Amino acid sequence: MKKELGIFVLLVVLCIITSLINPNFLAVINLQNLARQIGAFGIFSIGLGLVIITGGIELSVGSMMGLLGVLLSMMLTQWGFPIGIALLALIGVAMLLGLGHGLLITRLNMQPFIVTLCGLLFYRGIARFVSNDETKGFGTVAGLDFLRFLANGNLAGIPMPFVLLIIIAAITWVVLHRSVYGRYLFATGRNPEAARYAGIDTKNIVALTYVICGALTAISGIIFAFYTNSVSPANHGNAYELYGIAAAVLGGCSLRGGEGSVIGIVIGTALLQVLRNLVNLLEIPSSLDFAVMGAVILVGVMADQIFTERRNRRQIAMMREMSAREAQSS
Amino acid sequence: MNNTPLFEMEGISKRFPGVVALDQVSLSVGEGEVVALIGENGAGKSTLMNILGGAIARNDGTIKIKGAPVEINSPRDAASYGIEFIHQELSVLDNLDVAANIFLRREPTFGGPLKLIDRRRIYKEAEVLVRKLGLDITSRTPLSQLSIAQQQLVEIARALSAGARIIIMDEPTSSLTLTETRRLLDIVHDLKKQNVSIIYISHRLHEVEEIADRAVVLRDGKNAGELQRSEINHERMVRMMVGRDLKEFFTGASESVSKVDGEGFAVRRLRTLRYPKNNLSFGVARGEVLGFAGLVGAGRSEMARALFGVEEAHETEVELDGQALRINGPRDAISHGIYLIPEDRRQSGLIVDFNVRENISLPNLDAYASAKLINFAKEKKAAVEACKSINIKTPTPEMRAANLSGGNQQKVVLARWLTFSPRVLIFDEPTRGIDVGAKAEIYQLIRKLAANGVSVIVISSEMEEVLGISDRIAVMHEGRLTGILERSQFSEEAVMRLATGTEG
Repeated sequence: MKKELGIFVLLVVLCIITSLINPNFLAVINLQNLARQIGAFGIFSIGLGLVIITGGIELSVGSMMGLLGVLLSMMLTQWGFPIGIALLALIGVAMLLGLGHGLLITRLNMQPFIVTLCGLLFYRGIARFVSNDETKGFGTVAGLDFLRFLANGNLAGIPMPFVLLIIIAAITWVVLHRSVYGRYLFATGRNPEAARYAGIDTKNIVALTYVICGALTAISGIIFAFYTNSVSPANHGNAYELYGIAAAVLGGCSLRGGEGSVIGIVIGTALLQVLRNLVNLLEIPSSLDFAVMGAVILVGVMADQIFTERRNRRQIAMMREMSAREAQSS
Repeated sequence: MNNTPLFEMEGISKRFPGVVALDQVSLSVGEGEVVALIGENGAGKSTLMNILGGAIARNDGTIKIKGAPVEINSPRDAASYGIEFIHQELSVLDNLDVAANIFLRREPTFGGPLKLIDRRRIYKEAEVLVRKLGLDITSRTPLSQLSIAQQQLVEIARALSAGARIIIMDEPTSSLTLTETRRLLDIVHDLKKQNVSIIYISHRLHEVEEIADRAVVLRDGKNAGELQRSEINHERMVRMMVGRDLKEFFTGASESVSKVDGEGFAVRRLRTLRYPKNNLSFGVARGEVLGFAGLVGAGRSEMARALFGVEEAHETEVELDGQALRINGPRDAISHGIYLIPEDRRQSGLIVDFNVRENISLPNLDAYASAKLINFAKEKKAAVEACKSINIKTPTPEMRAANLSGGNQQKVVLARWLTFSPRVLIFDEPTRGIDVGAKAEIYQLIRKLAANGVSVIVISSEMEEVLGISDRIAVMHEGRLTGILERSQFSEEAVMRLATGTEG
């Protein structure tokens, strides 16, 4: 909990500083835009974060998003799928791809980095191939209002992607931090061998997590597709996996696995988007965009490391005190 | 020979926040002397040796070498005075070969600033050292092909090549077989003859009896006494270490077990992956403790893992109370009440970064959950009760397991299975690296479980332990079961004969 508090404070401080320098930060339209971005990025970042907690990594998120965007457009505009079927098919494809990753990783013992790196290359190539490398849109297909609303609409002034993020975050929070599945996930990520000795079916837990990541990527993918309203197969979703990883790491996930929280990931996403916004508003040359993010992540993770060590030292001191007391009393 | 000690530590104190780890401790070692440093875990042995090795700084006291005070502020300083540390956990690099390990950080070079390694020289010199230690390997053998005992000898070779005059050995035999231990003790003798001094830290008191010229006992961070060669015996050492008599160290191994026909745990034709050609058949009655003796590598741990389902087994028949079982994974074993307390508790037994509560509830999480959501209050209550019932020493169940002592960690592993009702418990080296007090508690727990009708298997490489705790002893040699001894047949010799395969 303290971890999340730390980066939440960082987020608040950044917001205050930005709004002091440029009051436009607090303009409703800016805040709404910001929230929309946080929502769209946050949903898949949660999925990626869960994968990171298993001790794995999912590098293909961005390419998958490109492929899904292309497929969605083609299903609706070219292949004449009914909207409901198209959406289900899209989420199904994403979950199948996730399952594929999960099975390769757990059954063939392949390294997640390699499996998903291949995914990154493969899906991007397929996206460009099936679309003939042409940018796809949604043209004049009727009945897409609801999907457009999901991406661009507001509910009581709150952008829909943000609303969706809150709902999804709440569900995954319960699953990760309150349910048996979540505990198994942490155990597996931290020490798969000991988890197995405790009778946990670690392979299925890990595979399932990649499937969940796929599903959340699809939901984000739908939002992004309608948010941009045109899908360029070569660029759509490019490098989004890096945003997801950065958010997860900022939010306290360890790439060694077994550590992290949903709230942390959401705050991490928010922090990243605020940084991008800040670069804009403060008229920092946008070429420095990535440099600013890199620096903030580095500082954040460094601070976290220091706090963790301090907490552990406190516990060790507690143990020593106890044994000292015992020695005295005996 | 021992008039002026080679080195002395006087009045060494070390305070950590909230606790005095060492209080005015003194230790001296003469040239060519073997000094055993003994004491329970937490007595301050490691702290003292880490100060000597330059890994931590002392608050008080002096260190003298040949009567002259010296400052040791880093492992490098220690090395410059000829002090070398052989750690309990091996610090060799198993991706490199023997010579590379021996000369690590001290590689002879040529080519000036290019610092090219003089390969011819390191292999030649390493070869000499390897022979000297009686290792039947070449200096080009990759470490990954060596046994733990051989790797340890490579570490000793490294210490010697660095010009060590004092070698600190921390639990050097904890993962060695009896023959390997024998060889190590011989090497200690040889080193002594070459005037190298040894500080020997061990929980295995019979080794201390055999090789130590002097035993220095620490208790609660203070000197608890010293025994000269002629005074060293098992009981005296134990009494000094724990500060009281440990009467009835082993209690309750019953002379006659009431074996109910057809009841208990029966294993037929178990073939492990490591020894697929041999099959094992044996039974453990309810209420019986069956010890498994043998050398390391005899296939006992593989057997345990196969029974628990973490390792595949070929066409095994397992019966519990007359009922045939299928075990395809730990979940099956757990559902039938068969549990394993594995050999390597930090790697397989526990998730050390989880706290005590989470570790205890892990395999039985559904019992604390409704609709898959964990009831934290219920979980915590169970953990608190478990801590109380088997005396796990922790200020709070929220403590990271990593911060607990070895004995308490082992109790946490045990506690998680006690939240079920065990029918078969398999202990693999239950007291490795655990101090004397906690050992006694674990023996009592094992006997209590047996008394409650659990079939218990105890795999142990410690002779005293396996003789003391078991009702019967099964002995294995290279994957085969070479014999099962009844209590009346128990003797160290009988076990050794079967374990080395000289019989059967």
